[in-house]
Amino acid sequence: MALLEVKDLKVRVEEREILHGLSLTVNEGEVHAIMGPNGSGKSTLSHVIAGKPGYEVTDGQILFKGEDLLEMEPDERAAKGVFLAFQYPVEIPGVATMTFLRTALNAQRKARGESEYSTPDFLKKVREVSKSLNIPQDMLKRGVNVGFSGGEKKRNEVLQMALFEPSLCILDEMDSGLDIDALRIAADGVNALRSPGRAMVVITHYQRLLNYIVPDFVHVMSKGRVVKSGGKDLALELEASGYTQFEDAA
Amino acid sequence: MNVAVAKTGSGRAVSDLFASAEGRLPGSPDVIAARREAFESYERLGLPHRRIEEWKYTDLRALVGEVLPLAAAPDAAALKRAADAVKAHAIAGACKLVLVDGVFAADLSDVKALASEVSLKALREMLDKDAGLLKTASTDAVIALNAALATDGVVLSIADGAQLSAPVQIIHVATAASASAFTRSRVAVGKGARATIIESFVAAGAKAYQVNDAVIVAIGDDADVAHIRLMDDAPDAVNVTSQFVTVGANTKLNFFNMTTGAAVSRLQGFITFSGEGSELAVNGVNLLKKTEHGDTTLVVDHAVPNCVSRETFRAVIDDRAHSVFQGRIIVRPDAQKTDGKMMTRALLLSDEAEADNKPELEIFADDVSCGHGATAGALDDSLLFYLKARGLPEKQAQALLIQAFVGEAIEQIADDGLREHVIGIAERWLEQRS
Repeated sequence: MALLEVKDLKVRVEEREILHGLSLTVNEGEVHAIMGPNGSGKSTLSHVIAGKPGYEVTDGQILFKGEDLLEMEPDERAAKGVFLAFQYPVEIPGVATMTFLRTALNAQRKARGESEYSTPDFLKKVREVSKSLNIPQDMLKRGVNVGFSGGEKKRNEVLQMALFEPSLCILDEMDSGLDIDALRIAADGVNALRSPGRAMVVITHYQRLLNYIVPDFVHVMSKGRVVKSGGKDLALELEASGYTQFEDAA
Repeated sequence: MNVAVAKTGSGRAVSDLFASAEGRLPGSPDVIAARREAFESYERLGLPHRRIEEWKYTDLRALVGEVLPLAAAPDAAALKRAADAVKAHAIAGACKLVLVDGVFAADLSDVKALASEVSLKALREMLDKDAGLLKTASTDAVIALNAALATDGVVLSIADGAQLSAPVQIIHVATAASASAFTRSRVAVGKGARATIIESFVAAGAKAYQVNDAVIVAIGDDADVAHIRLMDDAPDAVNVTSQFVTVGANTKLNFFNMTTGAAVSRLQGFITFSGEGSELAVNGVNLLKKTEHGDTTLVVDHAVPNCVSRETFRAVIDDRAHSVFQGRIIVRPDAQKTDGKMMTRALLLSDEAEADNKPELEIFADDVSCGHGATAGALDDSLLFYLKARGLPEKQAQALLIQAFVGEAIEQIADDGLREHVIGIAERWLEQRS
């Protein structure tokens, strides 16, 4: 079934329209890549799905599991299973990573009417997940992302994804600022989370990331619209020919 | 001399305050004469107002109006209510010394549990023996009023070399509504001693009461002292507290204050280094809501060379509340190699919240390192969004960021249990606002 349906979405930031009628359907278990040049509206799409303030939706709709996502607060969206892995995860000094993870996980569970994790159960779960992602325990004691390298920040995003078990993961420019080794570790973490019940939208400027996270579908965005969709080979085609052709098409 | 009779807002003559209190004030005729003199000095000045520079942001005439009559000495019912409040606010493992409506309550206090190196007397027993107890080097009107009307307090003396494992917690409990309590205490910490002193201000059901407290702290050389103050008064109370602290040589003093209540509160601290090689950390937190007014005014006097002072102040201001921080660092001409810094940050949670920060450096020596910084701002939207995108509802996301904001000051409390207790008070404040 359709997990995410974006229908003819028009979005303004201040006085400027960024998305001019974008449509996208993502089914359970699918991995979609959204590619496009800088300024094509890729990150705007991810922000609007997650509910970041500052964007005005002037037309269209976003349905998540058939429900109107735009009516929900960001925290409600998270509890329903929407997860945005940030391009630039923020540093939150003074909030220990462990405290943050437990507060967030339990807030989501509470919103869904599920029982909250006890401290020992939570610790066990975090240890398992962080071990599989090669995240040292002392990193979890530090403030959220404080002093983390680019790779550590992205791994922390993947750790959260693994803990919260969302049904839709949006990865916004996950490869930005990562060297090849860091990228591989993060991508391995993401691949381990691929499952029939979970969909992913991978937003990236470069084809490189898609060597590690192989998509089922590739969409090319230009000037606020999806201008071409295809299979994973489309990404390779783009790598060879560049985005220029689509800029004219749009 | 021709003195016009000053009237308060309610028409009560100011001088009635002393006349009606006089019968209850402890002390020999000499002490009473000294009190009367102090009261006359208060009468001449009246309550501080905004034209007095030190009180510019805390105009007691406008905010408080008048000083309420002295609370009656607590009866059995009041002591019973106070006992319940003490239970709720006692810090685990601490030796409690309880003052109820301005009177030392031995039955509610852990007098017998005090370490043998600690001597304790009630102020009322000591006034005749030690005339200095009512004297301070200050011309401030509220301090003069305190000298005139102080009914009781604790006089603590911690012997040289004493290593106190249990903190001493002085708990001020208000049970009498619409009345005032005047207390004065003295804490002397001997050479090489190590101690933790906690002061808590709480209400036992009382409303609209006023507290005027003064504490004189003298710390000897080579000592290590943690001094924690928790001003957790009823929301419509007034609390004006003055602290006079002298720090000996090679001593460490870690001072912390948190204000979480009172319609109007002011902590004025005057801390003087009297010996070289000492380190002072002053950390403060104001958590204010509704129309509360909280003022922390600190004067750190580097009277001698080679001392370090660090002031970290955090204010969280919601609704129409008003937080004031005035920090003055004085470096005397001889006080070379002074290292004095203060940083104050205010977090404004509403458009109508107000923060006034007034840092002042008065430096008369030339080989010093001093600095100050002040910021005021709202919660960071990008951090709020990150937390909300991870499932935290708005208020919970705010609470987590506010805790982190004040955490920097609270973390300076070394004792784990004490720090958790303080965090608990801050958490309760945060829960009440959501």
